[in-house]
Amino acid sequence: MDGNVFVFCETDNGKVVDISLELLSSGRKLAGKLNCKLEAIVLGNDISDIEKQISKYGVDTIHIADDSRLDPYLTLVYSKIVSYVLDKDQPQIVLFGASSIGRDLAPRVASTLQCGLTADCTRLEIGDHLERKTKVEYKDLLLAIRPAFGGSIMATIVNWDMPPQMATVREGVMKKEVFDKNYKSEIINIDLSDLISDEDFVIEVLERHMEESKVNLKEAPIIVAGGYGVGSKENFDLLYEFADMLGADVGGSRAAIDAGFLENERQIGQTGVTVRPKLYIACGISGAIQHTAGMDESAMIVSINKDKNAPINKIADYVIVGDLNEVLPKMIKSFHKQAQ
Amino acid sequence: MCPINKKNNRMKPLKIVVLAKQVPDTRNVGPDAMKPDGTVNRGILPTIFNPDDLHALEFALQIKDKIEGTQVIVLTMGPKRAADIVREGYYRGADYGLMVSDRRFGGADTLATSYTLAMTIKKIGDVDMVLAGVQAIDGDTAQTGPQTAEKINFPQVTYVEELIDLGNNEITVKRRLDKGIEIVKAPIPVLMTVNGTFDKCRSRNAKKLLKYKYARTDTELAREEDFIKELVEQRSYLHIPEWNVEDIEAELSKIGLAGSPTKVNKVESIVMKASEAKILSDSQEDIDLMVGELISSHVIG
Ligand SMILES: Cc1cc2nc3c(=O)[nH]c(=O)nc-3n(C[C@H](O)[C@H](O)[C@H](O)COP(=O)(O)OP(=O)(O)OC[C@H]3O[C@@H](n4cnc5c(N)ncnc54)[C@H](O)[C@@H]3O)c2cc1C
Ligand SMILES: Cc1cc2nc3c(=O)[nH]c(=O)nc-3n(C[C@H](O)[C@H](O)[C@H](O)COP(=O)(O)OP(=O)(O)OC[C@H]3O[C@@H](n4cnc5c(N)ncnc54)[C@H](O)[C@@H]3O)c2cc1C
Repeated sequence: MDGNVFVFCETDNGKVVDISLELLSSGRKLAGKLNCKLEAIVLGNDISDIEKQISKYGVDTIHIADDSRLDPYLTLVYSKIVSYVLDKDQPQIVLFGASSIGRDLAPRVASTLQCGLTADCTRLEIGDHLERKTKVEYKDLLLAIRPAFGGSIMATIVNWDMPPQMATVREGVMKKEVFDKNYKSEIINIDLSDLISDEDFVIEVLERHMEESKVNLKEAPIIVAGGYGVGSKENFDLLYEFADMLGADVGGSRAAIDAGFLENERQIGQTGVTVRPKLYIACGISGAIQHTAGMDESAMIVSINKDKNAPINKIADYVIVGDLNEVLPKMIKSFHKQAQ
Repeated sequence: MCPINKKNNRMKPLKIVVLAKQVPDTRNVGPDAMKPDGTVNRGILPTIFNPDDLHALEFALQIKDKIEGTQVIVLTMGPKRAADIVREGYYRGADYGLMVSDRRFGGADTLATSYTLAMTIKKIGDVDMVLAGVQAIDGDTAQTGPQTAEKINFPQVTYVEELIDLGNNEITVKRRLDKGIEIVKAPIPVLMTVNGTFDKCRSRNAKKLLKYKYARTDTELAREEDFIKELVEQRSYLHIPEWNVEDIEAELSKIGLAGSPTKVNKVESIVMKASEAKILSDSQEDIDLMVGELISSHVIG
């Protein structure tokens, strides 16, 4: 396939957000494998320092529209501009973050361009695909890998016949890495004058504010839970750091909550919430029946405990016998080493 | 209030289409849930009304409560047994139900699905509002709503969690975003996708359950006992329309597998079997081993 790799960069108050930087790094690698260029589309207000923000991720071309009408994000306005650029430049791959903006925008754009869109990917690879029926082999396709069926399957999705190959990618699964701090990008200003019109502004944002979504352990795919064995409120920072890295939430046993290490709404168990995550990592939790009642249906359980006979180990899939203050940093290190 | 004023305040009744999908209950998925060709083996899984779509139905019913004369139409695309979705809609207060069902729609990705739904909505005609769920729990893409909106040329509002205000030709709602909320005013017509945090759907109504128990599509009717056939013939509201490719005037190249750019290349089940715990030491090697296994089995990473 011909064409370059494009990344749609989301901005917030003039700053390109993390997920987009992660995608630039991932896009850089794909472009390297495909021997093509990496291009970014950046829309926002007050983003004149854009080169300083993103060139270093190895961006060859930046398509930019810097205009007060582009803040806040509006679906129709953004989809018109992005569709226009993609239609004109015919990329082979386009990546969006699987954020509330990316998942609102990308499908609208894909529908306009009549191309395929793979949702919420956690891995991207370049590879070949043999079409069973026609026995045709397609080379160097984007293999977009994503969970579906509530996380119980991983599907690899390909699109060989209706370009571009588009995907939204989950936050926190790609590593953001500076490629070359002296990298230079070409800047292309998108001319909005004939592109957007009043009718694209029919939806009016009356109010917008940050609101920490309430703790919702029930929906969390991964939970890092701490017990009395964590020892102190400060030690819980280590659990939060680990959880952030995994895209997990933090919960705890009643003993940890009673000791004041953690807020009430994070209690798991008979008198707290019942959870069924894909992965439950119990740190310094003994596994009293009132606790396990709230988590024993987790698909996979890892227990980190000094005591190899702690009751929780009986329902665990992996048991690490040791001091959590040593084990957790090792796990963080190991994850960094092995993640994509 | 003087009568004139009252009349001015009367809002125009709306024609609302609720998109509802029948989905396998993904809480019970085993390794045999997928066929070798990568398509879903729907036959072996219990099916339910997609959870978000029940919230979308509730949203429509709340509007109907506020504007007299509003019609709520439940639309589902799926195989024969998806008629359950239409009946469930009736039990909870929908006015009409409609199925789009044809083998040729099979294997559709979200582009082809949204095309099919959009063609159906155009065929229904004069629709003021389309309400979908944010996401279906099987395909999990959250793409069908926005793609349908684009195809019928409606503006879209996604992740709606609360109805704030309803006026003549405009509606104000609260959206739930990654890190906050947004209150937006949208014109009508509009398509909205409704979040799981919207009010829970009202339960089945006992009278409606009795009234619509024997609602059937023609396909279903063919295999029913005579008394049901007679009943449906006498009471036309029990007849669930079932549209095919020709009825919605769809182009064959845009539906089903042919109209679907995304194809499943491979599927791996990551359902875990209960087994003996692996006991590991706190050495870096042991920890690397475990983290490696968690990454390669897609539990993390
Ligand atoms: C009516 C009732 C309802 C209850 N409801 C709940 C409930 O909803 N949820 C709940 O959790 N509990 C509940 N409980 C309390 C429950 O019985 C236990 O007391 C509680 O779960 C114990 O918490 P814990 O495992 O954190 O602490 P402990 O039992 O004190 O266990 C601490 C564990 O940490 C380990 N450890 C210590 N230091 C380290 C270290 N440095 N590194 C690694 N491991 C270490 C120890 O070996 C030990 O296994 C309820 C009790 C009652 C009576
Ligand atoms: C493992 C797997 C992975 C897949 N990955 C992708 C992918 O990455 N990209 C892609 O384009 N397709 C993908 N598909 C195909 C996709 O599941 C189907 O296109 C499906 O018809 C609609 O998508 P969804 O289930 O994701 O629904 P969503 O887009 O999540 O549904 C949102 C809302 O749209 C409405 N809706 C959706 N389908 C119907 C219907 N049949 N009838 C009425 N209303 C409906 C409902 O209101 C629903 O709540 C995948 C399928 C499988 C099995």
